[in-house]
Amino acid sequence: MERFKKFLFIAMGLIFFLTGAALFANGTQEKAGSTQTGVSKPKVHRLVLNNNTPHGKLEIFSWWAGDEGPALQALIKVFEKHYPQVKVINATVTGGAGVNAKAVLKTRMLGGAPPDTFQVHAGQELIGTWVIANRMVDLTPLFKQQGWMKVFPKDLLNLIGTKDGLWSVPVNIHRSNVMWYIPENLKKWGVTPPKTWDDFFRIADKIKAQGVTPLALAQAWTVKHLWESVALGVLGPDDYDALWTGKLSWTDPKVVKVWKTMDRILKYTNKDAASLSWQQAIDMVVHGKAAFNIMGDWASGYMSTTLKLTPKKDYGWVPSPNTKGVFIFLADSFGLPVGAKNPDATVAWLKVCGSKEGQDVFNPLKGSISARTDSDLSLYNVYSQSAAKDWATNRIVGSLTHGVVANEGFMNDFSSVIEMFLNNRDPQQAANACQAIAIQNGIGRGL
Amino acid sequence: MAGTISRIHRRDTIKSLLIITPSVILIGVFVYGFIANTIYTSLTDWGARASLALHPVKHFIGFVNYKNLFAGFIHNRFRQDLVNMVFYSLCLLVGTITVGFLLAVLLDRSVRYESFFRTVFLYPMALSFIVTGTIWRWLLAPSGGVNLIPKLFGLPKSNFLWLSSRKTVLTFNWQDVPTILAVFILILLIYPLVKSFITQNKKRMVIYSVVSFILLSYIFIFKNILPPILPYRETHGFKLATVGILIAAVWQYSGYTMALYLAGLRGLPVSMREAAKIDGATEFQYYLRIAIPNVKPITLSAVIILSHISLKLFDLIYAMAGADNINTGHPSINMYLTTFRANQFATGAAMAVILFIVAALFIIPYMVHSHRERKIR
Repeated sequence: MERFKKFLFIAMGLIFFLTGAALFANGTQEKAGSTQTGVSKPKVHRLVLNNNTPHGKLEIFSWWAGDEGPALQALIKVFEKHYPQVKVINATVTGGAGVNAKAVLKTRMLGGAPPDTFQVHAGQELIGTWVIANRMVDLTPLFKQQGWMKVFPKDLLNLIGTKDGLWSVPVNIHRSNVMWYIPENLKKWGVTPPKTWDDFFRIADKIKAQGVTPLALAQAWTVKHLWESVALGVLGPDDYDALWTGKLSWTDPKVVKVWKTMDRILKYTNKDAASLSWQQAIDMVVHGKAAFNIMGDWASGYMSTTLKLTPKKDYGWVPSPNTKGVFIFLADSFGLPVGAKNPDATVAWLKVCGSKEGQDVFNPLKGSISARTDSDLSLYNVYSQSAAKDWATNRIVGSLTHGVVANEGFMNDFSSVIEMFLNNRDPQQAANACQAIAIQNGIGRGL
Repeated sequence: MAGTISRIHRRDTIKSLLIITPSVILIGVFVYGFIANTIYTSLTDWGARASLALHPVKHFIGFVNYKNLFAGFIHNRFRQDLVNMVFYSLCLLVGTITVGFLLAVLLDRSVRYESFFRTVFLYPMALSFIVTGTIWRWLLAPSGGVNLIPKLFGLPKSNFLWLSSRKTVLTFNWQDVPTILAVFILILLIYPLVKSFITQNKKRMVIYSVVSFILLSYIFIFKNILPPILPYRETHGFKLATVGILIAAVWQYSGYTMALYLAGLRGLPVSMREAAKIDGATEFQYYLRIAIPNVKPITLSAVIILSHISLKLFDLIYAMAGADNINTGHPSINMYLTTFRANQFATGAAMAVILFIVAALFIIPYMVHSHRERKIR
């Protein structure tokens, strides 16, 4: 027994020693960090262009596996045609909107083994996580060399860049503020699509009286998605932008009015929303159980490809109320992480991603539109043509839910605020909570 | 002669030390080292900005993260998660132990095809939480499954939102939590206090009296002097949306408690049951007065194991209700989101430490108890 105790003692001592050692190691690491990053801002890694012929392996990390797989394959084919000496490794991690891919990416980046290039939502989702951590290469020279400064809209370049540079090449554009409906059903109910929210409330009462849900809604993130359309509608594009630059306070009466409007709109939605997927909300509209749905334009892809409906004839769309002439965009993009093994091949890939040829091959298959304003519209379907026309002419603002205007910290906390609001429907409290999370996550502080 | 024996002993000690050292080192680094690292991280501000930089800047800030979690403006969700966790644990324990014991009693009465039923009841435990979650999500969908059952009896279809209800019952104000806790501990203290007075155990008498006095003085005096933990009212309570999750969890684990209890009931000597019968006890009396007290050790281990499972409901909730449904939230999900989606590593680490402490609250009394029992033997 004595012996056992002594033994236990030694073992415990060892454990504590090692624990202390681990702690100590941690402490020294921190010291090294503070001397490096310290007060002075770290140097921006700027891309240096060269004339090397790219070769070797190129790992492309994305979450485009299922329905979006063929579009990525087509883009890779274009790349292989131009650069046959490069071997592409298509590394996909499945999971909607990149939920799993983002976690895998974080562990790889932290572990010092970044992929050569990775898919990321353009804007603050990239900037707030990776650019601020100084792990991305500034691509401005590439944008200048390829003439992209002119073919991409100026609003877009402002939203995906910072004053230090441009960080990723957008390959596609989706629109968030679209209201979907079935023209035949609206005729039956004797209504027309609303232009303003006041219009909507008038129409909604009429529709509700006929036993139909005016606005179909699905689980929490679609409420967040609806919120950005409502906010843009109530605030207008200037004040909407001012929210993200920190010039407009979240507790301003104008912003409280957004929440009040949300509250009123939610009264016209289905009660079982939280247990539906966004496709089921669209199904409600298609089957005549609901009149409208506000969803990104992947809904068009779902209706035309999966449900085999004809755009314009079987289903219709308008910009969400009060947002005519404004385009809330979100974009997938590719960038060049610091420490990528084969930067020459990555730059070649980015050239293909931004090229007219690449974008016009990828986007018709993905159901999105090209980020370039000079794309060949005859390759796209009726909906995409109308979206592309708006893209070239409209005022462009960024999406919150899909990572353009706010960093990941704010996006995560905002989900909780939305859920809280759905529970207690208190506009003032939601506004206060938003102000608190905006401060905590440094919204509007710039880079 | 004595010298050789001690030399052999010493050689044995060295050998055993050599054998055990690698695992001690590995556990030391990968378990205790990382626990220490997590605790350290939770005391820093890692995650404020540029948290994923090559050399993130961390500052030691003490217990600020913990203070914010319990009494900060934006961590409303975490507090509801904690409340949910308490209700999850209580309901899961009561549910699985009751159902499991009843199933065990039914099988104990030597039914025909017993092994078949045993497998059927035990089978859900072989499934992963993700599978259970997916099945039950379909069954509990608002427009199908369980909600259609009343229709079989000609009643109107039920409209209960099993997983997405926003109703809350048993609500209370978060500001009152310290008082509620104090009263709860006082109630728990009554029995040992009275017992210590009866047995005249001086040491215990003093300890229990002092603790009760502190708690009482808090409830009646300090509560009114000290500022409330939150500057405003915040209601929390039992979320009805958690009922759906609980049904699935109880369904999955009552087979397990059944197996435990069945083994326990079978282990009771037949003579005991016969003696009870001869004395005129009914079956009901036998189970209530004789079986239940005799399988007490099994109840204890079931409680320990299940309370741990209730702390690990992550995957079930994730599969059934999604990560963003705060009404069914659990601290572990919140921890994951805060750390890996919002990049707030320090706050996430603080949540992890709180979960770790809660788990320790369950396991340490159990370990102390079993250690004492071993000593007695």
